[in-house]
Amino acid sequence: MQMRTIEISVGAFVLAGALALVFLAVKVSGVDLTASRDTYTVQARFNDVAGLRERAKVSLAGVTIGRVARIEADMNYGEAIAVLELNGQPGNLPLDTGARIVTEGLLGARYVSLSLGIEEDYLTEGDMITDTQGALVLESLIGDFVTKMGAN
Amino acid sequence: MIEYLRYLGAEALDFLGNLGRASLMWGRALSGLPQWNDIGLLMRQIYNIGVLSLVIIILSAFSIGAVIALQFHTQLAKFGAEDAVGVGLAMVLLRELGPVVTALLFAGRAGSAITAEIGLMKSTEQLSSMEMMGVDPLRRIVAPRLWAGMLCLPLLTAIFNVVAIYGGVVVAVEWLGADPSSYWIGMQDVVELWEDLGKGMVKSVFFAVLVTWIAVYQGYDTVPTAEGIGMSTTRTVVLSSVMVLATDFLLTLSMYGDFG
Repeated sequence: MQMRTIEISVGAFVLAGALALVFLAVKVSGVDLTASRDTYTVQARFNDVAGLRERAKVSLAGVTIGRVARIEADMNYGEAIAVLELNGQPGNLPLDTGARIVTEGLLGARYVSLSLGIEEDYLTEGDMITDTQGALVLESLIGDFVTKMGAN
Repeated sequence: MIEYLRYLGAEALDFLGNLGRASLMWGRALSGLPQWNDIGLLMRQIYNIGVLSLVIIILSAFSIGAVIALQFHTQLAKFGAEDAVGVGLAMVLLRELGPVVTALLFAGRAGSAITAEIGLMKSTEQLSSMEMMGVDPLRRIVAPRLWAGMLCLPLLTAIFNVVAIYGGVVVAVEWLGADPSSYWIGMQDVVELWEDLGKGMVKSVFFAVLVTWIAVYQGYDTVPTAEGIGMSTTRTVVLSSVMVLATDFLLTLSMYGDFG
């Protein structure tokens, strides 16, 4: 085997391996190579976020417009605060925008669905969404149902 | 009773001696970083170890990707969740199957060849004649193989993952008719660069060190007879496979284990 052939095939092999890594990074793990887009964060206060995870999507009318950056517990009120990272510049979501935690399909992941309000002023960095509806917890729903049936 | 104790002690000493010799060999071989005029030796080893392993890696990766996609698809279709095939496949491959199966195939294909080659060199006294000529066999024979192995296995793992994911595409999307965009998008939504791909590649580096080290040491330390070489080659494959699987469990435990 000529040294030249060996060197060429080794070069091709190393190149193929590097390309495979790039492919895995870009196509499979979905890394966005373009510079980080503009985002701003707003907070949403929920009575219950059961099942919502960090990195879950935030959608408006089914279109993903951001993701859940953090979820914290508010010890004073016993509520959960989800920090939502929204794409773009502030200035298109009214102050009384509502947030709901919904489930994708029957067994799918939980995500936050926003619904537009009617205020003239807009949500800006750090604002709090208060018109919220937390996650439906099946157990408590069934519990409520059973107690009501018993009362009747 | 005393005899058993003695047997145990002898085994332990033997084990420690092996470990010590292996570590010494490894340290000495790698201590001189690869020098520019050794690059030809390294090239040849990358060719032997990496390029020639490509065929078995690609064929196995394609079959494994196809089989996993098929199984996932038939099971997930019962819940109407065919869209999750891509995610499941990518997670399984990047985190576990990619690094582990590639390392196992690598041990069988390249590890055994390294052991047999070095073992034969030893039994035909090529190694001692090299020493006699003032050439350090650690630098000339052992080091290029170690470096080549450590470079090749991660690259082979990356290629394995890509081919297996394409095998999954062929079965799930082209054949069974899953939606291609949900296959890819679902994957991109869930798979994370460091958490899944990065940690998988770290695993693969660990396996590379392990397999090449075992293979080279078994060859270097072989009993210089035909039977000895056979036994060393077998030991390389058995020991590397077991060690890869055991190390994988420990690595998974420390990387993904939730001790919180």
